[in-house]
This record gives sequence, C-alpha cells and structure tokens, in this order.
Amino acid sequence: MREELLLVIEKNSRIDLKELAVILGVSEEDVLNELQKLEKEGIICGYHTLIDWDKTSVEKINALIEVRVTPQRGQGFDHIAERIYNYPEVKSVYLISGAYDLLVTLEQKSLKEISAFVSDKLSTLDSVLSTATHFILKKYKDHGTILEKKHNEDEREIMI
Amino acid sequence: MSIPISKTIQDIKPSGIRKFFDIVSEMKDAISLGVGEPDFDTPWHIRDEGIYAFEKGKTFYTSNSGLKDLRIEISNYIKHKQGITYCPDGEILVTVGGSEAIDIGLRAMINAGDEVIIPQPSYVSYEPCARLAGAKPVIIDLKAENEFRLTPQELEEAITNKTKVLILPYPNNPTGAIMEKGDLEKIAKIIKEKDIFVMSDEIYSELTYSETPHCSIASIDGMRERTLIINGFSKAYAMTGWRLGYACGPKELLKQMTKIHQYTIMCAPTTSQYAAIDALKNGDEDVKTMKMSYNQRRRFLLNAFKEMNLECFEPFGAFYVFPCIKEFGMTSEEFATKFLEEEHVAAVPGTAFGKSGEGFLRISYAYSLDTLKIAMERLARFIDKLRS
Repeated sequence: MREELLLVIEKNSRIDLKELAVILGVSEEDVLNELQKLEKEGIICGYHTLIDWDKTSVEKINALIEVRVTPQRGQGFDHIAERIYNYPEVKSVYLISGAYDLLVTLEQKSLKEISAFVSDKLSTLDSVLSTATHFILKKYKDHGTILEKKHNEDEREIMI
Repeated sequence: MSIPISKTIQDIKPSGIRKFFDIVSEMKDAISLGVGEPDFDTPWHIRDEGIYAFEKGKTFYTSNSGLKDLRIEISNYIKHKQGITYCPDGEILVTVGGSEAIDIGLRAMINAGDEVIIPQPSYVSYEPCARLAGAKPVIIDLKAENEFRLTPQELEEAITNKTKVLILPYPNNPTGAIMEKGDLEKIAKIIKEKDIFVMSDEIYSELTYSETPHCSIASIDGMRERTLIINGFSKAYAMTGWRLGYACGPKELLKQMTKIHQYTIMCAPTTSQYAAIDALKNGDEDVKTMKMSYNQRRRFLLNAFKEMNLECFEPFGAFYVFPCIKEFGMTSEEFATKFLEEEHVAAVPGTAFGKSGEGFLRISYAYSLDTLKIAMERLARFIDKLRS
C-alpha cells in the first residue's frame, strides 16, 4: 500500500482519509497509521500547494543560480550547502553532477533583491568560487503539473 | 434502379447505443460513463516513436503479417506473460485492431451453417461477425450468480455436432468478469472432449485486479493447438485510435487468415506498428500506472454502490462495472434513458450486449475519479427518488 499511497497523495494531498481508504482498498485506520509512520520517518516532508503566482498581483521573481564551490575537508559539500539553505529566501538547494556543484533556486520580490542576495550573501561566502544566475521568465510546467492547461473536451464517442 | 443490398447485412441491426451519445453531446452538464476506451493519452514515448517513424519516412506498406520486429516483440511478450511460444513467422498476424482479427478469424474458420458459441453479455461484434461469416450464432446467457463466468454445464448444453468455435471473451466487456485458471481448466476439458476450437478475445488481458494475473486458455495443456488468441494495443496502452491488434494461433489457421488480411487490408498501419514495438519494449511502467488508477476507480465505484445498497458483484477485469437494477422494475433501457433525462448521466443498458444483460447497467470507469464522484452523487439521488 505504501507506494500506491504515496503516489496518490503526491498528486493530491487534500484527498480525505475516507476516500483514500476506499480507493486503496484498506481501512481508514490503516491509512492513518501509515501516514503517521511516513511522516515520522521523514518520507512525507510536508503538504504544499502548487500556486501559479503569475496569475496574481503579487510580484515574485524566481532565479536559478549555478554555484561552483570548494568542498571542505571532512564535510564535502554539506557545510556550504547548509550555509546556503539557511537563508529563508532560498527555496531549494541541490548538489549537481557536471559543470557546477550546487543548484540554488531563489524567490524574491524583485530583480534587485535577487542581485543583492547573489552579490552580498552568496558570492561572499568563502568557499564559493563562482555563480551564474538565470532568471525564470515563464513557468510552463511545475512539479509535474502543466500550468497553462488547455481545456480538452472529451472527444471519445464510441460507447461499445 | 434499386440499390443492391445484401440480405445478410440488411438483417443485421445497427448498434442502438448511438442515440445515447447524441443526447449526451446536446446536454451541457451531461456526464457520460459510456465509452469503452481508456481516458489516458497514449504514453508520450510511444507517440514519439510514431512521430519518429513519420519523420524517417517510414510510410510504406509493411509485410502482410506485420513488421518482423513487432511480431518478435509480440512473441516475447506472450512467452513472458503466458509461457506459450508462438513463432513470429507464421503464427502471429498483426491486424487493424482486435476487431479485424475477430472478423477474419471467424471467416477463416467457418463454413456455412457451422455453429459459433457466443457467451453473452459480451462485446457487440461477435454475433454480427459470425453471421457475416455464414455461421449460426448460438448464444449462452451467462448468469450474475456465476459472476458471469462461463460454466462447464452451460458450455456442454450449448454444444451440438455442428459446433465449430467457442468465443471466449474474458476479461469481459461489459461485465468486468474474468475466468481464472481453475475455471478455464474445466472448460478446456469439454473443449478437448468435444473437439471444438476457441477464439479467446483477451484484449483486456493487462487489466485484471485479482491476485493472479490473466491466464490465457491457450496456456492450458492441449489447448494451444485449438486456440486463436486475439489481443491488441488499444486497452493496455491506451492506443485505441492507432488501430492495432494481433492474432496468435496454429499456423494452418493463420495462413488462411493472412490471405483474407492480404486481400482486404494489405497490412496494419505502419506508423502504429513502429509505435507498438516501443509500447511492448518500454511500456510496462505505463501499463502499471494506468492499471493502478483503474483499480482505484473500481474500488471507489464498488464502495459507492455498497453505500447506495445497489447490488453488484465484484468484477476483476477490464474497466467496467455491471450493477443490477432489477429492483426498480424497469428495463435496462428504460432505466438508462430515465437516468440520462433526469440526472444527465449516460450509462449503457446491459441489453446492448445481449438479452442476458437485461436488468443490468454497464458503467465504464475509463473516467477520472472527479467525474465518477459527481456521477455517483447523481446516481444515489436518482435511486433514492425511485425507491421513495
């Protein structure tokens, strides 16, 4: 049940307990126990909502920053990653294979704020060698969801 | 002048379901639970392979039997799933959907007056195709108390000295019934004793929800040489519009079928064949994901019926449920019509699939859970009104 449960709530975390139990073919109590276990084990890390902020009047600018760093003896990339992810404006930090080391995503209200973060905070960290900042112009698809979904009529006609 | 019309075709009635669709398309808030095809898009990597075939200019006929690589993949697939070996050269024919395979299979086997046993409720094409092939259809009315499985007694009673072929339609459209290995062994015993042949339509073979996967009757001892397996890509890979199916069986029969195919169809669509190779090679995960969704919807519907106190046996195959509506004292058609008029939900009356479908309704769950939820709210309201 575990994998199927995760797949269902990954797409819809608002589904209620009763419905989950019905579609998975188990009792509500089992679902609840499993959810609690998954939370405790840190497998479920949160229940978020996917918002297309572009459709609101709230200004938000997102940037991807490639960061090259010098790994530190005994701690590899973990220490510098922690220094970066502790800034609340940083949305995600990934260790990447290839031409650079860390991919940092950032959300701010303006270009100015992003550039201030990069020049004042990120670049000045001791082990950061270089940064390359890319601004996101438009989000087509996020977290597996197409944001500008075209409305598709059900065109299936044949009933038998 | 009078337009020439064949007597045989004139006597065959058109399918009566069309009118339901026409009403649905007129109603703004109507929900259809009527269709018999997946609601998923064909997985992108399969479509991509089709596009690639176009780009590469692979737009010619293939060999009559289908692309060799596709026949090899089909052979591997059946070997893997059922443990039976079919030679890609001569024992596998790629057709335009499973439907073509049904048609030419019957035409290749039947002499005028031969009897073809058709258990019903079942897919609407068997009877007309049997008639067009010159056969006399012999109908077995399957029973809800047997979960619409074919019993040995029912089969035995239907067999005469003119019986040539049994059509075995499992997993079943419209009932969702399946036949498990134990059921098939009992049937196989009679088939061997009476020396008849089986056309096993296994188009829904990937969509079963019981603990053991689908078992083909051809995998039972002594049955491979007397079975024609029909299968295809429509239901498992959500590829209905690609029109691609296949038949596997003894080479003597396949040789005759290939002649009809060659003279009437030439070959199945080339693009679809290239895409199908990819479906068989890389589509397992997609099938698994779609099947998981179908099973969730199936459980949802069965639970909804339970809450409404509506009688329904638990179906373990295809994507249909077949609830019983006998308590309301209406025919299936009356019920379906009233349900559509009053609640704007279309479901197919069981009688569309044979007279033994009387008293039942086919509900397809090739629809999103959200759609099914609204439909079940309306069904609950509808039957509450009928009961009060």
